[in-house]
Amino acid sequence: MARTRKGEASTGKANDTGVNAFVGKDELLKFYRDMLLIRRFEERAGQLYGMGLIGGFCHLYIGQEAIAVGMQSIKVKGDQIITGYRDHGHMLAAGMDPKEVMAELTGRATGSSHGKGGSMHMFDIETGFYGGHGIVGAQVSLGTGLALNNHYRGNGNVSFAYFGDGAANQGQVYESFNMAQLWKLPVVYVIENNQYAMGTSVERSASETAFHKRGVSFRIPGEQVDGMDVAAVAEAGARAAEHARSGQGPYILEMKTYRYRGHSMSDPAKYRTKEEVDEVKSTRDPIEHLREKLDAAGVTEEQLKVVDADVKRIVAEAAEFARTSPEPDPSELYTDVYLEAAQ
Amino acid sequence: MSVDILMPALSPTMEEGTLAKWLVKEGDDVKAGDVIAEIETDKATMEVEAVDEGKIEALLIPAGSENVKVNTPIARLSGDATGVTPAPAAAPAAETPVVEAKAPAAAATTSAVSSFADPEIPAGTPMKKITVRDALRDAMAEEMRRDDKVFLMGEEVAQYQGAYKVSRDLLQEFGDKRVIDTPITEHGFAGLGVGAAMAGLKPIVEFMTWNFAMQAIDQIINSAAKTLYMSGGQIKSSIVFRGPNGAASRVGAQHSQDYAAWYGNVPGLKVIAPYDAADAKGLMKAAIRDPNPIVFLEHEMMYGVEFDIPDVEDWVVPIGKAKVRRVVAEGHTGPSVTIATYSRMVGFALKAADELAAEGIEAEVVDLRTIRPMDHATILDSVKKTNRLVTVEEGWGPMGVGAEIVARITEFGFDYLDAPPARVHQEDVPLPYAANLEALSLPSVDKIVKAAKAVCYR
Repeated sequence: MARTRKGEASTGKANDTGVNAFVGKDELLKFYRDMLLIRRFEERAGQLYGMGLIGGFCHLYIGQEAIAVGMQSIKVKGDQIITGYRDHGHMLAAGMDPKEVMAELTGRATGSSHGKGGSMHMFDIETGFYGGHGIVGAQVSLGTGLALNNHYRGNGNVSFAYFGDGAANQGQVYESFNMAQLWKLPVVYVIENNQYAMGTSVERSASETAFHKRGVSFRIPGEQVDGMDVAAVAEAGARAAEHARSGQGPYILEMKTYRYRGHSMSDPAKYRTKEEVDEVKSTRDPIEHLREKLDAAGVTEEQLKVVDADVKRIVAEAAEFARTSPEPDPSELYTDVYLEAAQ
Repeated sequence: MSVDILMPALSPTMEEGTLAKWLVKEGDDVKAGDVIAEIETDKATMEVEAVDEGKIEALLIPAGSENVKVNTPIARLSGDATGVTPAPAAAPAAETPVVEAKAPAAAATTSAVSSFADPEIPAGTPMKKITVRDALRDAMAEEMRRDDKVFLMGEEVAQYQGAYKVSRDLLQEFGDKRVIDTPITEHGFAGLGVGAAMAGLKPIVEFMTWNFAMQAIDQIINSAAKTLYMSGGQIKSSIVFRGPNGAASRVGAQHSQDYAAWYGNVPGLKVIAPYDAADAKGLMKAAIRDPNPIVFLEHEMMYGVEFDIPDVEDWVVPIGKAKVRRVVAEGHTGPSVTIATYSRMVGFALKAADELAAEGIEAEVVDLRTIRPMDHATILDSVKKTNRLVTVEEGWGPMGVGAEIVARITEFGFDYLDAPPARVHQEDVPLPYAANLEALSLPSVDKIVKAAKAVCYR
């Protein structure tokens, strides 16, 4: 399977051997660290869920790490990110404190939303992370609104709106596409096509499964990217962001990816075979793939072990913090419903 | 045989208009389909076509005449015309039940009760007459001048000047960056508005009517109302969703719903439903300045109604305060009743109060003005005096605004009630189209009077 298979609209220079021309060794090593952090964090979150420390819905990002990390690398200060409920990876990639994210998962006072949001509803203006939205597709309109803000203020920033192959069939997505192109709003739509909208495969839910073409009738350019290749993601992301930032309007990136776990923790994923999952894990894993590139670039096993240990420590600390932090004070029940109006 | 050409009704709510221009003169021959005049309604300038052939015998109303009532003869046609000529649209309009809310009636009722001092308007404050429509427009314009983060978006708000002309002239003053025509995509543009608000702008999102906002209710509730809480106070949505709410006239079930109870149910939203021009303006300005998401419910039937409004530089009315619009006369010894209501129904309640007074029952009319947060304390203070309560709303009864008022007054003022409260509301059916059925379905002055008498055991 071609790891860096490019979409038909792509003009990228990515190749299938060694270090991509677009990113250097140091950046690849950072990619490795950030992707590994997401994977270990999510594995731990799954564990805490199993222990009953995390409740409700919990959607893990394992398998899709290259997208959040690759895209983050081309974001500049003031750019915004917004996504759906499979959001932990995006938050970590954006630079949110793993402790605060994990503590929100366990519903503690130290969580990023003080325990009032949970897995699907976290935000951090500092890093430009605007959620974390639980309604499928809502973030696409909201993200286009963030772009409307950038356009209105002329601040040169771009909004990155992430959504899945399932959300791509929602009506408001196309309402937003239309307005974004009509008004040339600086937004990059990143479709994380992990092949399954919960239990329904794209073949069973989409009349056009090439999601990068979904903007054609709005004249929005799009390209398909190997979402399992972080360098390819970063390169396509840079191209898309430049398009949006330079006033040419929205751009669609369809990231071909795969989630290893079920839709949420309670999904046994009977709609696909174990062989299918194993095939992806053994041939397309974004982290293993990156290790090969790092090896080719001359990064030693010892260097990687240092990163592995560091990530392991960070995740362990986050889990401990999330486990031991107090629950929110009952007085928090009635806070943050309204803001006081200035007199 | 000559026939009269009548002033036509050119919109569902038109009761009068300006005969802007004659395009024919006396002695001209016209045939069916010829444009003979231009008429300005409250919404637009429309062309009037001849329905029959003949010679214009006389122009009865000179060009430029304002306030020409629907069905007034405006010209006389002579000749071979067969049949009768009244413009087809005019006939049902004459039978519509909306006569109760005719502009002069509502205005007169208000000035009649303004004899008692209004604590919000200091004595000697200069007043001016203005329509609710222009009061809303002025409020938006003033706030847009004050804060460049405020902008208006919606269908037909810019070049068309507003489907109901509420945004008239805003495009000219503020340009297309701040007065934005959207495609017909309520769900999408409501989401764009909330996203822009999350990033710190202050959008005013106009829905052509609140009926269309059902397409967008997910963004209003799930995104705008809940995100402050879900983010632990980090993400605010300072945004105003506004547009006409409730029943206009003969527009049928899908265009005639009152959403006060729906949005009033949602924590995180503030819901405002003003009655007169002063509140429309003052509350709109407060809404735009408020850091929370606001649902602002206007009423199409009130847009063209004129009221006195304080002629001051910065007229702002606080959100969350009810207003007593009529008080029980001093020294009244007979039965009295509190009528709690909002929006257009305030005018109905005031009229009912006049009728009740003639029968020896004094009514105190409490205008909620804000549905959420609800100022039940003001209602309770009134009930403590009258010991009787009637609620009036245009929406359906079950789980409604009246149900909420009754629950609160029962909870907090049980001992003050001398009779079970009564609710007046739309009948429990989708609003019918036929004029007679529509009138039967909606609240009326008569229904309010009956309910008030019932709680007085009369």
